[in-house]
This record gives sequence, C-alpha cells and structure tokens, in this order.
Amino acid sequence: MSVGTTMSSQPASVKVTGAPTKSMVSIARRQRLQDIFFHRLTQSLSLLVLAALLGIIVSLFIYAWPAFHKFGVQFIWRVEWDIVNEEFGAAIAIVGTLASAGIALLIAVPLAFGIALFLTETCPVWLRRPLGTAVELLAAVPSIIYGMFGLFVFAPLFADYFQMPVQKLLGSMPLAGFLFGGSTNGFGILAAGIVLAFMVLPFVAAVMRDVFEIVPPILRESAYGLGCTTWEVVRRVVLPYTQKGVIGGVMLGLGRALGETMAVTFVIGNANRMPTSLFSPGTSIASTLANEFGEAADFHLSTLFALGFLLFVITFVVLSAAKIMLLRAEKAKGL
Amino acid sequence: MKPSIETSSMEFNQQLYKKRQRSNAIGLTLSLGAMVLGLFVLLWILSVLLSNGFAALDWNMFTQSTPAPGSEGGGLANAIVGSLMMVGFTVLVSTPIGVLAGVYLAEYSGQSKTAELTRFVTDIMLSAPSIVLGLFVYAIAVATVGNFSGWAGSLALSLIAVPVVVRTTENMLRLVPGSLREAAFALGAPRWKVSTMVTLRAARSGVMTGLLLAVARISGETAPLLFTALNNQFFSTNMNAPMANLPVVIFQFALSPYENWVRLAWGGALLITLSVLILNVVARVFLREKNRV
Repeated sequence: MSVGTTMSSQPASVKVTGAPTKSMVSIARRQRLQDIFFHRLTQSLSLLVLAALLGIIVSLFIYAWPAFHKFGVQFIWRVEWDIVNEEFGAAIAIVGTLASAGIALLIAVPLAFGIALFLTETCPVWLRRPLGTAVELLAAVPSIIYGMFGLFVFAPLFADYFQMPVQKLLGSMPLAGFLFGGSTNGFGILAAGIVLAFMVLPFVAAVMRDVFEIVPPILRESAYGLGCTTWEVVRRVVLPYTQKGVIGGVMLGLGRALGETMAVTFVIGNANRMPTSLFSPGTSIASTLANEFGEAADFHLSTLFALGFLLFVITFVVLSAAKIMLLRAEKAKGL
Repeated sequence: MKPSIETSSMEFNQQLYKKRQRSNAIGLTLSLGAMVLGLFVLLWILSVLLSNGFAALDWNMFTQSTPAPGSEGGGLANAIVGSLMMVGFTVLVSTPIGVLAGVYLAEYSGQSKTAELTRFVTDIMLSAPSIVLGLFVYAIAVATVGNFSGWAGSLALSLIAVPVVVRTTENMLRLVPGSLREAAFALGAPRWKVSTMVTLRAARSGVMTGLLLAVARISGETAPLLFTALNNQFFSTNMNAPMANLPVVIFQFALSPYENWVRLAWGGALLITLSVLILNVVARVFLREKNRV
C-alpha cells in the first residue's frame, strides 16, 4: 500500500522510448481523474458506516425525547410500566435484561472455557476441525430457533425436572429461599438466562479458541518441557497470556446477550413486574420492544424508543470495551 | 546423607505429584464434559428441529399462502417469496457498498484516524442489537412514509449485512501479497485498476465467503423486520407495502394457540436453519479453495 502510493502518483512516468507523447499525457490525466473519483467514492461509502451510527443515536434520541423530557433521568430507575395511565420507567426491563444476560454468562463462560481448552489442548488432531466447525455452526443458528426450542422443548422440561424439585428442596430455605419462589411454569428470568447461555456459548467458545491459538507454541512447549501438566499449562501459561483476549471475548458475548430479542422473548414470561425470584416472569428491553411496539402509539411509542436508546448505549459501551480488550490482546501478540 | 530425610522428601514429591495429577484429571474431565454438553445441546436442538420440521413439511408449504387464524392447510409461499425478495435486494445494495468500503479500508486508508474509527464502529455494528437497528429504520423509513414496507425491511437488513461484508472484504484484501500490487503498478496500471482488477480479483473467493456469511446472518434475523416489513397475510410482491417474511411469520405463528400455525412455524424454522447452515458450509468450502491456491 505504501509502495503503491509513490508509484501510482506518476503512472505515465514509465518511459519506454523518448519523451511522452500527447496521447500518453492525456491517458495519464484521465487515469488520475479516475483514481481521484474511485478514491473519493470508496471513502464516502466507508464513511456511511459512521453516518449510520450517528443516525441511529440521533434519530433514537429525537423519538425518545418526549419520554426523557417528561421523566428526566429518573426514567432509568422508575419501577413502573403502566400503559393506560402513561406512567413509565425502564427499571423493570433493565433488571430483566441484566439478570438474564448475567445468568447466561455465568453458565456459558465456564463451559466455553472448557470447550476452548478441549479444542486446543486435549482434542485429537483429526477431531479438531469437525468439532470446531460444529461449534461455529451452532453459533450461526438463528436466534429465533433457540427461542422456539426454549418455548416448546426446554420450558416444559425445565418446569418439571428443575423448577418444581428445586422449589420443593430449597424454597423454604431461610435467606435464599425467596430466589426459588413463584410459579413453576417453566418461564421466567432463569429460563431465559439458560436459553441465552445456549445461544452465546458457541460464540464465546469460538472467540476463546481463536485467542488460545495465538499463544506462541514455544511458551506452551517450554511449560510442558518443565514437566507441567496440561491443566497447569492452561491455567498458568495460556490463560495469563491471553487474559485480555478472553475478557474481550466474554464481553462480546455479553453484548450479544444484552441485545438478544428472540431467544429471550419466547421464554422470559413477558410480565411488566419487577421480578422477585429467579423463577418469576420478567421482561427485557428487547422483548418489551418486540411485544409492545406493534400496538404502541404516541407517548408509549416514545418510551419504547427511550428503552431502545438505553439498550443501544449499554451495548455500545460493553462492545467498545470488548473491542479495546481484543485490540490490546492482538497487539500483545505482535511482541 | 540421612536416608530418612530422603525418603520423606520423596514422599512429599510423590504426594505433590499425585495432587497435580489429580487436579489435571479433574480439569480435563470437566473440559471434556463441557464439550460433550455443547455437542449434546447442538444435536438436541437439531433433532427437535428436524423431527418437527420434516413432520410439517409438505408441498403446500411452497405453493399456498399463510392461512387465516384457526383454519387448516395453507403454506408459507408468501413468506418465502417475501424473504427471498428482501434478502435479494439487500444483497444487491450491500454488496457494492460493503465491498468498495472494504477496498477503501484495505487499500487506501492506511493508518489514518478516521479509518481506525470506521473499523472500530464497523466491528461494533457487527454485534449491535439488531432490534435497535429496526427501531432506527422505523424512525427514518416507516414513520416518515406512513406505512410499513418491504423496502424498509431491506434497509434494516442492509444495516446488518454491510458491516459483515466490509470487514471480511478488508481482511481478505489484506491477505493479498503486496508483490502482486507492486507488479501491477510497475506495469503502469492506475490505482483503481489495481484495486478492482488485481487485488479484488485475487481475493475473490474470500469476498464471496463474506457475502455468503452476510446472507446467512440476515436470513434468520427477526427483530429488525418486526418494525419495518411487518407481515402480510396475503401473497404480495409489492416492496412498497408490508411484506410477509419467514422470521416474523415464525415468530407470530409459534406464539399462537393454533396447532396448524405452530406446525407451519416449525416448517419455516427448518427451512431457515437449513439454508443458513448450507450457506455456512458453502462459505467454508469457498474459503478452503482460496487457501489451497
């Protein structure tokens, strides 16, 4: 690229014999114009991405303005969602979003670590490729499929074989018993978190595997040469070396989980009440949008835009942090 | 040398060794367990999908439109056609935009601050919540016009597809060896010709991979279409009107109390998943061919 800059600025200077003829000069001029045109065209197209980001932020904010204007910053922590009396607050949806995404990561991250460890260290070489592909394909399955799976298959089993026995066993426990109270119909915050975990698991596992693979073989081999066990190599060498990349991968997964609509909407229960236990139905920002947008008008619509704006800001911060972590990990690789 | 010390230190070593081996065994077993669990979930979801989907599949699914609530029969023809049209139009729009923007980032931008920012933002848009993109398109293309439309749906899908195409194109162009560019420049080729006819051509299969992955990504997207294309119970090829599409039909039908609708939802889910998986596999084959050359 840098070589190209110096050479292409004078394309006609390739002299064959004697002085450049008139036609050569005109060709050079035409080509320079074409070059400038092409440069500007591609540049403006690449700037479209920035324009889209700006457009999203501005347009969401404009549409959300009536809601922000009426409730102020308090909109974020008001625990109310009353469509008839036009009393709105984002707290219920935010809690549902954070809780379901948090549960999803608590389940998915250790599993993803295990899968990445298996794929990079213990898996026989001939199995690595097919298993890695399987994980990546699982990441490509559309989220609505996870939603349907959750609704028709997972929720009934979850109610019978997890919620009911656990409630019987732990429901009357002092202090923590309230966590397992409420209905046991298979839907709710915990169910949504688990379905979300299935969804982000392959995604996080794929990133972790890629990050583990950048560890220089010589580091691994030195550790093995000193007599380390596989577990020690991963725990003491691979993990510290790839720390930033792993955190970046986890946060990418968090970004996905926070903004996921379909996998959550099918199983979270869609109730505009503050969840009181892991089993109680709730709602997330995305599922509130999916459920209510069709019937919303005027002020209600504006509050939905306000929710969307908050979701975008939250995920933007999380994804930026993830990206910065991954960039740092990449830089460390170069050293 | 006192033999007692030696034996005790050997004993200590033995114990330590045993402990290390034990934690190794535990760690590796757990990791194997995680892998097995992951594969089990994949197979479970696929088997549920295949058994319910194939049970629902029949010829009517491709020839008849979505049935009225509670009625028997019907198919998904309108949704299939709507999805194909919207995805097709999205590809037509986002291919030139994405590829040319990728060319700019790889060939022209160098290390400039704006280009770095563009890369950063593109990566974030890759994982941005798609439902928010739907809200954005609603604000600019539905609320202003006054009705839901296939065009709006296509626009929302383009917002998801373009970043995918930009990033894969850029990454693939970066793999093209610099000597190829230099050779073309030495022959006196202008820069735009080098970019389009030499490097882009060399990275062709990689760029195709990006396009296929983008199509796979958007064909299952539901959330952005809810607020833009909405749905249409009837067969329609009018992009100016609300348009039926597979993901939204699946969403509505799966949550409905009607058995026939749920059956159709499974059929549609099978169609979408199969096409997404096939696209992914084809994209991989493309990339492998590229690596062999």
